[in-house]
Amino acid sequence: MISPKSTSTVHDNPFMKPMEWISLALLAAVIFLVLPMLLDAFRLNLVGKYLTYSFVALGLVICWGFGGILSLGQGVFFGLGGYLMAMFLKLEASSVENTKIQSTPGIPDFMDWNQITELPWFWKPFTSLPFTILAVIVVPAFFAFVIGSAMFRRRVGGTYFAIITQAIAAILTILIVGQQGYTGGINGITDLRTLNGWDIRTDRAHNILYFVNGGLLVACILFAQYVKRSKLGRILVAMRDKEDRVRFSGYPVASFKTFAFCLAAVFAAIGGAMFTLQVGFMSPSFVGIVPSIEMVIYAAVGGRLSLFGAVWGTLLVNWAKTTFSESFPELWLFGLGGLFILVVLAFPNGLAGIYRTYVEPRLTRRVKALEPAPAVALPHAAE
Amino acid sequence: MAESKGNGLQSALRRRLLMGLAGVPAIALMPRMAFAAGPATATVNTTGLAVTDTEVTVGILHSATGTMAISETGSIQAEKLAIAQINEAGGVLGRKIKIIQEDGASDWPTFAEKAKKLLVNDHCAAVMGCWTSASRKAALPVFEQYNGLLYYPTFYEGLEQSKNVIYTGQEATQQILESLNWVAKEKGAKTYFFIGSDYIWPRTSNKIARKHIENVLKTKVVGEEYFPLGHTQFNSVINKLKLTKPDVIFTDVVGGSNVAFYKQLKAAGIDLSKQTLLTISVTEDEIDGIGGDNIAGAYSCMKYFQSLKNPNNEKFVAAFHKMWGEKTVIGDVTQAAYLGPFLWKMAVEKAGSFDVDKVAAASADIEFKEAPEGYVKIHPNHHLWSKTRVAKALPNGQFEVVYESKDLIEPNPFPKGYQ
Repeated sequence: MISPKSTSTVHDNPFMKPMEWISLALLAAVIFLVLPMLLDAFRLNLVGKYLTYSFVALGLVICWGFGGILSLGQGVFFGLGGYLMAMFLKLEASSVENTKIQSTPGIPDFMDWNQITELPWFWKPFTSLPFTILAVIVVPAFFAFVIGSAMFRRRVGGTYFAIITQAIAAILTILIVGQQGYTGGINGITDLRTLNGWDIRTDRAHNILYFVNGGLLVACILFAQYVKRSKLGRILVAMRDKEDRVRFSGYPVASFKTFAFCLAAVFAAIGGAMFTLQVGFMSPSFVGIVPSIEMVIYAAVGGRLSLFGAVWGTLLVNWAKTTFSESFPELWLFGLGGLFILVVLAFPNGLAGIYRTYVEPRLTRRVKALEPAPAVALPHAAE
Repeated sequence: MAESKGNGLQSALRRRLLMGLAGVPAIALMPRMAFAAGPATATVNTTGLAVTDTEVTVGILHSATGTMAISETGSIQAEKLAIAQINEAGGVLGRKIKIIQEDGASDWPTFAEKAKKLLVNDHCAAVMGCWTSASRKAALPVFEQYNGLLYYPTFYEGLEQSKNVIYTGQEATQQILESLNWVAKEKGAKTYFFIGSDYIWPRTSNKIARKHIENVLKTKVVGEEYFPLGHTQFNSVINKLKLTKPDVIFTDVVGGSNVAFYKQLKAAGIDLSKQTLLTISVTEDEIDGIGGDNIAGAYSCMKYFQSLKNPNNEKFVAAFHKMWGEKTVIGDVTQAAYLGPFLWKMAVEKAGSFDVDKVAAASADIEFKEAPEGYVKIHPNHHLWSKTRVAKALPNGQFEVVYESKDLIEPNPFPKGYQ
């Protein structure tokens, strides 16, 4: 555990240490300047997709890294966010003239295939964009609140909580697949076209969405940082390390845990909604156990105690996934598996651990000596 | 096309252009290749596809990993075989086909991502790919948006028709109606029990089957049950089968669930030589997993079986075994995948161009007389006219064809009265 380093700053409590400001500036520069300049429209859209996963990883850093609550069901919230957004987009794409060939025009195509002749009541509010945006935040938060309250008040924690979240992910997948008339089943909700009349499938729209996504991500990082340095953040860490002491000191442990879990859920849902917008569809394959665990891996590779590490980890793993699979369509899974084993064996604290052990000490010395060198040294840290 | 794609693409295009230019002096030095010089590239490729004077790039997009790999491998093999044969015979418009293969990894969003890569990055002139309905549904908007061309091999539920897709498998009515007529006539079936996996294809297929049974054959469906994909416990439904004693068990259970289903059926003492079972989801590939003994006696309806006796098929099976080994079995979808490259080649040659719009327009009424399943023809709705066959599973894992429709059956993806 390298927690002493990450938490020892609480006494002199600036919003972020100089090093963290540099990390933020670096991340922002890569997201907003370097990648858009280097990559063509297709690759940039891919990176945009990867970045939506990093919302989940960010939430996991708070909930798992700081709070010690390992959730193996973050896909549930990513999926909820994504599905709620997809419902709005699908309704817009299913206008009466777009669906003339159906037996019941004006309802989503998969409902028509499943002999549903009327829009179900819970779909109806999703004709409104403000309602949808509100729902993307509120529904997952509420859902997480219910799960969190139920579990944490009964002092269910650790492995048991992880297993229960995993079960919830499995249940939700089965529900979505089984109720295909209402959810699109295993196919998911596909063929999404416009957002309030704005075609989201063009390269220009992808570009704009990429920057919106990046902006939201930075906002979430800042908010997470705010939580981390607040009293709440310190209590979370204390709870992770000695839950009983915190409880005996009179803090309502369950409420703090529930809050961290809800926050992680909201981050994941924002990521899910942005995913749907950029990729143009949503399917149960993002909700289940496997994607949920994959999302934990992103946070682990990046370093589960580092907000920035989570984003880098997500980018690295997904980049590796895409590159390996393009180069070796039949063998790529082995390469990816090798990468995970390597990280866990050699660098248990992930990318952020490497950075803190090898790069930061030197950097700090230099910054203290007031040399302008960090800009040169940093890109290595990013690799 | 390049102008409309924004700045990002220019660098890649410039690089490719420069690379191409660097090769120009070399071309002058080269002796005439075995490939007959086709028409000039500028005339056959006006939309910026990856076509050079000697090569044309085609994508293959199937799952090489994950749960679907076992089914999709056959399609990959068939497509590679077809492309190798086309190249041996001189290529398409004098150009050799180059393959870029991508892995959909049994994951529908990955199919969309890779489809986009093949179209936007690699400028593939055509893509052979997708297998499950879900993967097609995920990739379809990509093909429509970037105006690509997809050859889709699987028998599927219908209710779809796209300028950008050629469906080389059967749609549901082609596969189902004829076989129901056969079972009603041959076996005098009066009652049916449906068992399917729970997703769009079995549900739609069963809907069509039910309408036909109730409205046309005037007989009865006594039960209809669905199970999640990958389900392995069929004991409860087998008990219901024993209670209702249907004349025909009609199944569209897919993938690994089949193994459990037929084994449990056998273990429960339901003898398929006495109980008629009609399936629309078991090919030679599935029997490989189920085991011939467990399913012997069941009837499968497809448009192709490996055991078909005709010269085209004998040649195809021999070539397939030569390239991929004697032990490989060839199922319906594998054969349909084999058709894709040939149908594309003929459409390109008819259009005299690789441009997707022209190839799509030229595809209607393309005939392929050397198809292993026999003669096929593309309908203007981009599905194939084909025969339907019913065959009995044998203990050795092969099928014995017991019925073949007299004429080619017209594809009808939006069947009136069956929706």
